[in-house]
Amino acid sequence: MSNGNGKPLNVVGKPFRKVDARAKCTGQTKFADDIILPRMLACKILRSHEPHALIKSIDISKALALPGVFAILTGKDFPIPYGILPVSQDEHALCVDKVRFVGDPVAAVAAIDEDVAFDAMNLIEVEYERLQTITSIEEGLLVDEPRIHEYGDGGNVHKKVSLEFGDVEEGFAEADLVREDTFFYEGNTHLPLEQHAAVAHFDPDEKLTVWSSTQTPHYVHRALTKVLGIPASHIRVIATPNGGGFGGKSDPFNHEVVVSKLAMITGRPVKCTLTREEVFYCHRGRHPVLMHVKTGVKKDGAITAMHFKSFLDGGAYGSYGVASTFYTGALQTVTYDVPRYKFQGARVFTNKPPCGPKRGHGTPQPRYGLEVHLDKIAEQLNLDPAEMRRQHLVPANSVTANYLRIGSMGLGACIDKIVEGSDWKNKFSWSTPNSALQTPDSRKGIGIACSSYICGAGLPIYWNNMPQSGVQLRLDRQGGVCVMCGSTDIGQGSDSILAYIVAEILGIDPFDIRVVTADTDLTPVDLGSYSSRVTLMTGNAAIQAAERARELLTIAVAEKLSVPIENISFADRRAFDVENPEIGVSFAEAVVLAESKFGTIGTVGSYSPPRSPGKYKGAGVGPSPAYSYSAAVAEVDVDPLTGIVTVERVWIAHDIGKSINPVLVMGQVEGSVYMGLGEILMEEMAYRANRNAVHKFPSMLEYKSPTTMEMCDVKTYLIEDPDPNGPFGAKEVGQGPLLPVPPAVANAVYNAVGVRIDEVPITPEKVLKALRDKERGRDPRFGPDSVPNVDWPEPLRVLTPAEGGDGKEMPSVAVHS
Amino acid sequence: MQKGTQQKAHISFTLNGEPAEVAFAPHKTLLEVLREDLALTGTKHGCELGECGTCTVLVDGKSILSCLMLGLDAEGREVITVEGLAANGKLHPLQDTFADLGAAQCGYCSPGFLLAAKELIEKSPKPSRDEIKEALSGNLCRCTGYIKIYEAVELAAARMRGEPMELPRESLYGLE
Repeated sequence: MSNGNGKPLNVVGKPFRKVDARAKCTGQTKFADDIILPRMLACKILRSHEPHALIKSIDISKALALPGVFAILTGKDFPIPYGILPVSQDEHALCVDKVRFVGDPVAAVAAIDEDVAFDAMNLIEVEYERLQTITSIEEGLLVDEPRIHEYGDGGNVHKKVSLEFGDVEEGFAEADLVREDTFFYEGNTHLPLEQHAAVAHFDPDEKLTVWSSTQTPHYVHRALTKVLGIPASHIRVIATPNGGGFGGKSDPFNHEVVVSKLAMITGRPVKCTLTREEVFYCHRGRHPVLMHVKTGVKKDGAITAMHFKSFLDGGAYGSYGVASTFYTGALQTVTYDVPRYKFQGARVFTNKPPCGPKRGHGTPQPRYGLEVHLDKIAEQLNLDPAEMRRQHLVPANSVTANYLRIGSMGLGACIDKIVEGSDWKNKFSWSTPNSALQTPDSRKGIGIACSSYICGAGLPIYWNNMPQSGVQLRLDRQGGVCVMCGSTDIGQGSDSILAYIVAEILGIDPFDIRVVTADTDLTPVDLGSYSSRVTLMTGNAAIQAAERARELLTIAVAEKLSVPIENISFADRRAFDVENPEIGVSFAEAVVLAESKFGTIGTVGSYSPPRSPGKYKGAGVGPSPAYSYSAAVAEVDVDPLTGIVTVERVWIAHDIGKSINPVLVMGQVEGSVYMGLGEILMEEMAYRANRNAVHKFPSMLEYKSPTTMEMCDVKTYLIEDPDPNGPFGAKEVGQGPLLPVPPAVANAVYNAVGVRIDEVPITPEKVLKALRDKERGRDPRFGPDSVPNVDWPEPLRVLTPAEGGDGKEMPSVAVHS
Repeated sequence: MQKGTQQKAHISFTLNGEPAEVAFAPHKTLLEVLREDLALTGTKHGCELGECGTCTVLVDGKSILSCLMLGLDAEGREVITVEGLAANGKLHPLQDTFADLGAAQCGYCSPGFLLAAKELIEKSPKPSRDEIKEALSGNLCRCTGYIKIYEAVELAAARMRGEPMELPRESLYGLE
């Protein structure tokens, strides 16, 4: 591979340090709560202790009388609603007349310090009138009144989706085996180490600056503009480096709006840092999803049709939920060939913290269900589950039944690597407990699963024809290069990716480059760090900007050296004649020549994803410029006396396309395995059953997440199969490698002790119960038995590409709106 | 009485090798004193309840959770924070290896890990992988899966023992 400059790659593919590595290792990185401004006030937000209630009255008089209190806001100060999706503008910065979950914001105080703010907050008196609470998927579907919101698809159903690609009944009729399974995936949360924080400053020129630990400064900018009623040009949002995001800092948050308004009222900077308990209640994490999957297969495991139903517990607000709902049904088709596919999904509102996007957004739940379901099918057909998957992969450069365009597809190579690395063929057998791995005192098992993820969404969150990502480069006559981009570094290294790519193209050192990101005043819009879009989209925009700059320099240098333009190359901080490399100029001189010839050198680049072939209503979720692939084998040890599952090792292969920096890719893979391990073994957002819908354990001690003592050994393989849509062929890695881990562990548990735990997380209690059932001759399984009956709308029918479809829904059928 | 106007406490102690004096509201934790009264924001907080290890600093050479220690208790003691690790513009070997291996992803938990690891290496110059896991088990990291952190501690320990140690290729590029 070359940098388009006729030279081998000097930066891309090399394990460089991150450009901000020194700052992070010396404690110099400024996170939002590290910002301390003169005269800054502290903000505390009073949150509802009622799960569902009308606000009858709020008395702030005692709080306001407390010395040191500067301002108090309530819902009447924020009449305009906002929300991340245009279809779910259902949040108020402070609740107006009703609270919908324990943790909903009711009033906000700005005071001289945090202690005074806290005391004042506790002096605010709120009178509530309780309403019936809705706390489960079943209740959300059954209880129409009271409605949590006055919009949606009826009662407390937020969204219903029903899509059918080809005739699944025809596919089931052709099958040798039709199997149905039901699964439940409990919700869990991001748990970033950094608690959310925001600082607002309203300057004497009446311009507002907000620093926030957000993954999406552009969307925060839009939300503030809408809610505060001041022009967007008067608001500057700066996303501080995020101390972990994982999707949890992707919504515009009430505390960001509140500190802005308080700064405007008081004329002083205002900061709000959430407590850990508040972070749990802010949530926006993994939706609890109940699933039913029915698949028809031939004897060799070839799928003839699949019908997937999902039921999402959305919590109290819309958040990204409509997209989440579609995502629970979108990516089933991009790993193994599914010629006919039907998806029905329903998201309900409940009186719990709102769910939203967490690493893998809406896809780890169905992926877990699908991969365990396929394991059961492989056993029924007596096929090796690795081989069955390997035999029926979606071909590269194809279009799926639901109109997702697949480019490069490295899943076969991924499976081969982990099968070989784990010694799968000698270790795996369908005898459960696995006789190949048993010793007298341990019950070991091995399991496999595969997955895929998007590299950015094909469509932006709000409809527009503009690029999803923009990069601006400024070159100065001293040879300095500044790259500016709206992307936000959440720890994944997106700032570094910009520097590596620009350095590669301009032949300079990445540490020569100044990177300015995530500042709505200074940087062109990038939509944000979500949907694994950043490397692909900002990378392509950076390539375009850098190539445009290189072109200007090339013209000026060629003229100066009197050599043809095509002879000029850039490397080692020089521009030179490839035929006589000693003839050339320094990079700084090249900039001087270009600036002398053309004037100030600044270039821009932008990226818009290719148009998707899907044109049906709902086709907006799922399309991506490229799909990454992952495969994992997990080896576990199950203690039959305690039910404790120990994951000893995970072999994982990830189809990265091309590593821009392999050591950063490794870090994302290992971190994804870690997070998948936490989800399958222990992490859960659990609420008390006494109808108060209070979180059982909103603390880091009791919300169990893996420590060094639980983390498994990881053997990683990176598969490089460059994708034509990726920058230098690169695809995503931040989210995809999480996906195969939960089902691989679940399948390994079955292999070890012969019980199916069809409910995530796989806790010792569930394993023990299933083992007891096994001993007693009952169904050796723990999991849901059925899914609720739902009055689904008539499915929107779409002919598949194989049937000659054009990507639109069939006109003969009434379209459900 | 309004807390913001409470009479301040005053302590003298050694901070990152230098004598320091600070006045602060007496109920403040060492974490708050460091961050708010001494503007050393390198020490981070994740829970302020002693659960996550993020606020780890060294007091008299021992790692402690600064969110659970009163500032008043630092009187006369020797405190080292992440700001005190590098000396004369040169990074501590742990900071170097954390940077080289991507052991600091978001970097928020890194100060705490660095100080816990420093304590370990000073006690046990050649720690086994199990010793490292044990020593760091009180620090949570959500980004790395801990693996790059173990590798960075092992590499730094080797360098501090004066042993040349090459990084295994698989740590940087994965397995062949």
